[in-house]
Amino acid sequence: MSLENVLNNWSKYRRGAEEGGHHDYEHKWAMMINLDLCIGCNACSTACYAENNLAVVGKDRFEKGQAMHWLRIERYWDQAEQEFPEQGASFLPMMCQQCNSATCEPVCPVAATYHTPDGLNAQVYNRCIGSRYCSNNCPFRVRYFNFYSYYESSWPEPLNMQLNPDLTVRDKGVMEKCTFCVQRIRVAKDKAKMENRKVGDEDFKPACVQSCPTSAMVFGDYLDEGSQVRKLWDKYQVKMGPAKQDKQEPDMRGYRVFEGLNTDPSVLYLERVREKV
Amino acid sequence: MSIVNEKDINEQIAWAKINADVLRSMANPRRAYWISVAMCLAMIACAVTAEVYQYTEGMGYANLNNPHMWDMYIATFVFWIGMSHSGTLLSAILHIIHADWRKPIYRFAEAMTTFSLMTAGFFPIIHLGRMWNMYWVLPYVSDRGHWPNFRSPLVWDAFAISTYLSASMLFLFVGMIPDLAICRDNAKGWQKKLYSVLSLGWTGTDRQWRNFRKTYMLMACFLIPLAVSVHSIVSSDFAMSIMPGWHVTTFPPYFVAGALYSGCAAIITLFVLLRYYFRFEEYMTKAIMEKTCKLTFAIAMVWTYLNLVEFASVWYGHDIYSKELLIAKAVGPYAWVFWSMIFCGSVLPFTLAFQSLRRNMPVMFVVSLFLNVGMFFERWMIVAPTLSMSHNPHQWDIMWGSIIEWAIVFGSFGWFGLLFLVFVKVFPSVSMYEVKEMVYHRRRHVVNDEAAEKFHRRASDSKTGTDEPGLEGA
Repeated sequence: MSLENVLNNWSKYRRGAEEGGHHDYEHKWAMMINLDLCIGCNACSTACYAENNLAVVGKDRFEKGQAMHWLRIERYWDQAEQEFPEQGASFLPMMCQQCNSATCEPVCPVAATYHTPDGLNAQVYNRCIGSRYCSNNCPFRVRYFNFYSYYESSWPEPLNMQLNPDLTVRDKGVMEKCTFCVQRIRVAKDKAKMENRKVGDEDFKPACVQSCPTSAMVFGDYLDEGSQVRKLWDKYQVKMGPAKQDKQEPDMRGYRVFEGLNTDPSVLYLERVREKV
Repeated sequence: MSIVNEKDINEQIAWAKINADVLRSMANPRRAYWISVAMCLAMIACAVTAEVYQYTEGMGYANLNNPHMWDMYIATFVFWIGMSHSGTLLSAILHIIHADWRKPIYRFAEAMTTFSLMTAGFFPIIHLGRMWNMYWVLPYVSDRGHWPNFRSPLVWDAFAISTYLSASMLFLFVGMIPDLAICRDNAKGWQKKLYSVLSLGWTGTDRQWRNFRKTYMLMACFLIPLAVSVHSIVSSDFAMSIMPGWHVTTFPPYFVAGALYSGCAAIITLFVLLRYYFRFEEYMTKAIMEKTCKLTFAIAMVWTYLNLVEFASVWYGHDIYSKELLIAKAVGPYAWVFWSMIFCGSVLPFTLAFQSLRRNMPVMFVVSLFLNVGMFFERWMIVAPTLSMSHNPHQWDIMWGSIIEWAIVFGSFGWFGLLFLVFVKVFPSVSMYEVKEMVYHRRRHVVNDEAAEKFHRRASDSKTGTDEPGLEGA
């Protein structure tokens, strides 16, 4: 961020999300999660642990709230006053929403979290000093801090052999979070570039999407008009960018979590359909 | 009536006695002084042990967890920054409005500013996950072209605090130069060398005094906006976020008022202690204590008012998250902290409204400590409930600090105490030259008043007076 750059592109940087924002996105990775299809099996979360070298912290630390699950299944009871199993469990897979106006980004004192040209909210582990302000300013609370050094306790020999070599193991004192499996995005983009074509839906899927048994999750490039995720966003009449959605049919199930906070998330959820009692 | 007319200071006190009394304080304090020093060292040892453990094992031992990323470290940081404000209030603001009762007590208040800033500075560093990289928040020239993120309030903090710390240290030092010269003239051995260097060749010539006055006034004017801005910036750590209970417009003035409040309470505490340690009864008089108490009371009421403003604006506002949080503060698991804060911060200061209590040193000592307990709770109530109950209900969690966290917070009081105790032993904790000034002016007033009275009496007796009112005694 040189001064020259700021002065030359001042009007562009002042452009709000409603006017398209100041990002020139190459891609805009986005997701759609159909809560009606989610059975709360935690396969996505498990896949995430395996793919992203997430530390297994153990029961005690999990209870203390120090777990490292980048993708967690949030469970809510629709009718909390009922006895089990009549409470009506609802599940909501929650991971980093890759907001376009991410609240975590401006508060980091060392700019360790920033926006990539892919529309991702990236976390630079090497730059992070662990002030944890980003997590405090995240309304979704999806940023996870390495409270301890896990290398020896989480993957004792020979379990360290199962670590994914495509990405690092983070040490204590840094923040981490869902990356939409950026290592897979990288490989897919490189491959597509070598074959001189655009990245398509079939090129890759993040681990969670890949492992979902009910195909509740759909992932793709929002800027690619032909992608499945774009079609679904359009179908449910949710647009990325504007603070206020212009839905023709108010009954549409599509919504983004905490849309009122105007962080412009990249994950579209479809409300669960319940039979009226 | 005698109490009402009591003087801030006995104007007949001789200048040589002022020197002797203050210099004596640097030689032989009571034994309680040495006991306090030992206690402070023990407290620091606790904190160092805890910090070494946390540094090697990880931040998790402070009981921090996913919603509770900051908690007590940041609450304590805000507390210490707050403590630093009253020194500037007494030494700079009261200086430019010519409130001369500040003169015997401003020196230690100014020292308190510097030392509480030096304590506060530890906490943002301690709370970092990778504190060995803390210098990354400073805009040093890196060959990789890396800069800090200038949009982040934490970077503003780094600037604001380091500026305020250096300015207040300089202000403390400059204000001490004439006194250091007195020390130099009376010291022997290594102390003589130390004071010779520090007094910068002060001989008390007319030109030196003129330059000194100008410099001091200039620095006072520089420091006042700085003091206001530094705590406003600390408040933007919270106010610039989008979290319920933090994203509050009134936070900057609220923080500044809270800062002045806790600082004034700390001044009362240290007033009582110094008066006892160094037998300063003649300088730190009950009349000055009364004025300090009245000031504290006024600030307490401002703080209470701003509290009510915040509650009202949340209550009548439309932000459901903030409103739920406010209710949870009053009736939830942190309710006892909340109500203790209200009691210590808004009810207890009414003891300052009673003259008999204001004049009672042990009572004031206890009350001022409780006022600061209230202010500590206030900082806790700012940081913790928001984290425990932010937007996402899945991540609601109640957390209390671990023994590690408490040990570090506890030790910070020892560190502050040690710095302060060493300061008052090595440097004059009562400003000798300003007390002399005060005595001189008071004496002039008394002589003038007596002369005027005499003149009127004579005028009514229709006799012509020949003897001029003299100032020889001054």
